[in-house]
Amino acid sequence: MTTPETVISCNNVWKLFGEKAENYLAGMTGNPTFDEIRQAGYIAAVRDVSVDINRGEMLVIMGLSGSGKSTFVRCLSRLLDITGGTVKVEGQDIGALDEKELIDLRRNKMGMVFQSFGLLPHRNVLDNVAFPLEMRGQDRHTRRARALEVIELVGLGGREEYFPRELSGGQQQRVGIARSLAIEPDIWFLDEPFSALDPLIRREMQDEFLRLQEMLGKTIVFITHDFDEALRLADRIAIMKDGAVEQCDTPDKIVLEPATEYVRKFTEEINKARVVHARGLARPINGIAPSGEPIAGHTTIQEMGRLLVNDTRDLMPVSDKNGKVIGAMARQEALDVLFGAPA
Amino acid sequence: MTAALTNNPQARLPALSKTRVAQGLLGVAVLLVLTKTVLPAGLVRPPEWLVWPFADWINALFNFMRDDLGLMHVTRGFAEGVEWLLDVTANLLYGRNRWPYLGPIPWSVIAVTAGVVGYALQGWRLALLSAGTFVWIVVMGQWTWSMETLSVIVVAAPFSILFGLLIGVLGWKSRRVEKILNPILNIAQSLPHFAYMIPVVVFIGVGPKAGAIVTIIFSVPPMIRMTLLGLKKVSPEVVESGHMCGATRWQLLHSVQIPTARTDILVGVNQVIMQCLAMVVLASFIGMPGLGQKLLQLLQALKIGRSVEIGITIVLLAVMLDRCTKAWAVRQPEHFEKGTSWVVRNKFLVIWAVLVAVAFALAQVFPMLDQVKRSQALSMAKPIDAVVDWFIVLIDPVTQWLRWFLITWILIPMRDAYLYLPFSAVLALLAAIGWAIGGLRSALVCIAFFGLIAMSGWWDRAMITVYMVSFSVLLALLVGFPMGIWGARHDKRAVKVLLICDTLQTFPSFIYLIPVVMLFGVNDVAVVSAVFLFAAVPLVRYTIEGLRGVPEALIEAANMSGATQRQTLWNVRLPMALPTIMVGVNQSVMFSLFMVIIAAFIGTQDLGQEMQRALSSTDVGKGLVLGLAVAFMGLMVDHLVNRWASRRRQALGLA
Repeated sequence: MTTPETVISCNNVWKLFGEKAENYLAGMTGNPTFDEIRQAGYIAAVRDVSVDINRGEMLVIMGLSGSGKSTFVRCLSRLLDITGGTVKVEGQDIGALDEKELIDLRRNKMGMVFQSFGLLPHRNVLDNVAFPLEMRGQDRHTRRARALEVIELVGLGGREEYFPRELSGGQQQRVGIARSLAIEPDIWFLDEPFSALDPLIRREMQDEFLRLQEMLGKTIVFITHDFDEALRLADRIAIMKDGAVEQCDTPDKIVLEPATEYVRKFTEEINKARVVHARGLARPINGIAPSGEPIAGHTTIQEMGRLLVNDTRDLMPVSDKNGKVIGAMARQEALDVLFGAPA
Repeated sequence: MTAALTNNPQARLPALSKTRVAQGLLGVAVLLVLTKTVLPAGLVRPPEWLVWPFADWINALFNFMRDDLGLMHVTRGFAEGVEWLLDVTANLLYGRNRWPYLGPIPWSVIAVTAGVVGYALQGWRLALLSAGTFVWIVVMGQWTWSMETLSVIVVAAPFSILFGLLIGVLGWKSRRVEKILNPILNIAQSLPHFAYMIPVVVFIGVGPKAGAIVTIIFSVPPMIRMTLLGLKKVSPEVVESGHMCGATRWQLLHSVQIPTARTDILVGVNQVIMQCLAMVVLASFIGMPGLGQKLLQLLQALKIGRSVEIGITIVLLAVMLDRCTKAWAVRQPEHFEKGTSWVVRNKFLVIWAVLVAVAFALAQVFPMLDQVKRSQALSMAKPIDAVVDWFIVLIDPVTQWLRWFLITWILIPMRDAYLYLPFSAVLALLAAIGWAIGGLRSALVCIAFFGLIAMSGWWDRAMITVYMVSFSVLLALLVGFPMGIWGARHDKRAVKVLLICDTLQTFPSFIYLIPVVMLFGVNDVAVVSAVFLFAAVPLVRYTIEGLRGVPEALIEAANMSGATQRQTLWNVRLPMALPTIMVGVNQSVMFSLFMVIIAAFIGTQDLGQEMQRALSSTDVGKGLVLGLAVAFMGLMVDHLVNRWASRRRQALGLA
């Protein structure tokens, strides 16, 4: 297996709000809690977060409002300057960039989608989508051609001349998505992109988003307060509380082995069988050769429910996308996930 | 009474309670009034050592700036530039013999242009109003005067907008600049018009260019305010999206922030234009020709019919300019279907071009469509005069009696009472009010503002202004408040009354003098009536807005609790609406202060009269001291009302 390439690397990132927060952080001893920091007169929006994000990976940051998730993503794009630690994008410390370099980075590498869309009300769809290209100084003709391409991609073809206020919420967010993709960014930040939409549209947009990601394979940081959405989309989930990451793992692991009481509470009401995949239960084979037809790794336990009940094997082989066996899954364990562990 | 201060029964409290202190101060005030006859003179009127020669200092400062700093050359240079622009517009609009020697543009072309602008902005009705205004002007034979007035607005407004935008952006960029700007803007917006004119006369002289420059200065503050407000309101996500699109600071400002703040900035433009019109009319006092000057002359000569005609013209212009700029501000972009042709996309431009061409052609054939001479004009002055005379004779017994009653039984006793008050008692009373509303800080604010007025040496004049303002505002409250309650009763009625108030508020203050002079002649009653009219409008308006703004859920809750209409009004609507109504009271006081000063030329003995004298003798120091005295009155009321309203809002959970 090749080691995945790290695109964004955060080391001990801190973001404190308050007068002279740097001095306070420098003089801080031990590991104060959120409330202790508040008593000192500071708001700890991000507390000592270290996360690596790999190329082509979708990291979902999940947390309730006030957990610091939106602040954190703004630290990654340097919309906010961090108080302590480092954020490296492709090895480059973004805190050290000057204004021009930062603008260049955003013009070429990053795209961002916002919760309430952040569209420019006086520009129509085409000009909104072409805006980042205009900022780069591309000529009108190329701008237009590329903008039309992405507008088509997000399914808004034919509405280029509409103004934001003439579009529904879902359509407006499609414009936001198209705009963020116009410069073909490598890194894609999405800050609660579907939270302002009603549930049916949200589901549709999630499907659409998965389709786009399948096609584009970007490195994604996706913020949400919706645990279901996180489970549905994520390669890995980072759960934040009071500015700190409680657990950062695959959805399977989060559901099966919650690291803290806080995470466990989230997983309680979740139907685990719909979340856990065969590959999540697979263990290395260690010489034993389980017999029979392998199960595809991306199948959820719920999807293979009937098979699990009817099969008689104790150990079932699990294969990856290419059909290669990657391990074996204990049938009993899978049944426990499906029906709940016996008391 | 002062015993209340020392004999506090709740001695265990660390500090005296607010009401106790206020009561104590009130007691002191009453005591001072009662013992006036035995008071030392220094407590009755500001003693000599307290009156500082602010006017001389200001004059010295201005002389220094003008002569030693050579600011005169700068202002004269700027004034020459403005004059050149004024000449260009004067040539185009009414054919003044100056470069580019093209004008005058036929009136029909201007009317058609105004019509198309109105149509493009809002539709047929605005088109009719805009074009109709110019037709009225030409038919009434007021073309030259109106164009003299308009040519100044055309030059002054863009300067004001530009300066306002620049300063607004600066203030928004730097916290420090904003902190300096805020108090300056507060004072600038409560200085009466005349206070602006005197320094301009010193630096520029009199005439059209001085009128234009005073107009520019006077109308900048609202633009700064609205620019600041608009830029601050831009949603942080829109700014962040701009950042993430890789915008540089300049790109962010001109393609993200300013366009997104468009509506507020255009509301600023609307206010600039309205202020320009109000000022340009008043600038007749410093030799600005045009509608204002005519109106001033006619009013002074008591030619009511002709004044009414000019009044209507000014009102039409005001309403037209207001509606057009408001329509522009709220206009939202709309898309065209794909494949729409160029002509359809630019239909207003095409219509305009065609109509202008037609108007030009027709003007060549029919001279009446080019220019209308004064002798060809219609004038309704005679019939208006006849009607007015008949009406005045008809109601003369009423007005006579009213005038006699008001003067002998209310105005004179009230004025004497205000003048009787020892100045120390007034300060103690204001401190009591301040303390009751906002504690020590507000008490100090009140004392500071009125203390400065005492120190200016114009105490008696100031008290006369206070008496006229307080009487007019009281009257306005007695009439405006019930009218507001009546207006808010039904939805449809509320909309109508609000529209009327809105329209009345666009009228330049000068206009209000026409009917009162017509009815009462030239005296205190006329002044008080004009001030009362002017002050009642915001009261009605904010009463309605406050009452209509009460959340529906609360009304429903009251209804379900079995409250009658009356109970709902007194127990739910009014308490909730009171903070908004107080905003109206605040505006009402501001408006009356402005109006009292303007009305000075029809004969008052207050600060306004002195200001007129300062204007005619171009005494900058005196003028500014008087202006600041008026501003301080306004600012004190503003402080108290805002303090009270924000506390009330917090208590009601509205803020």
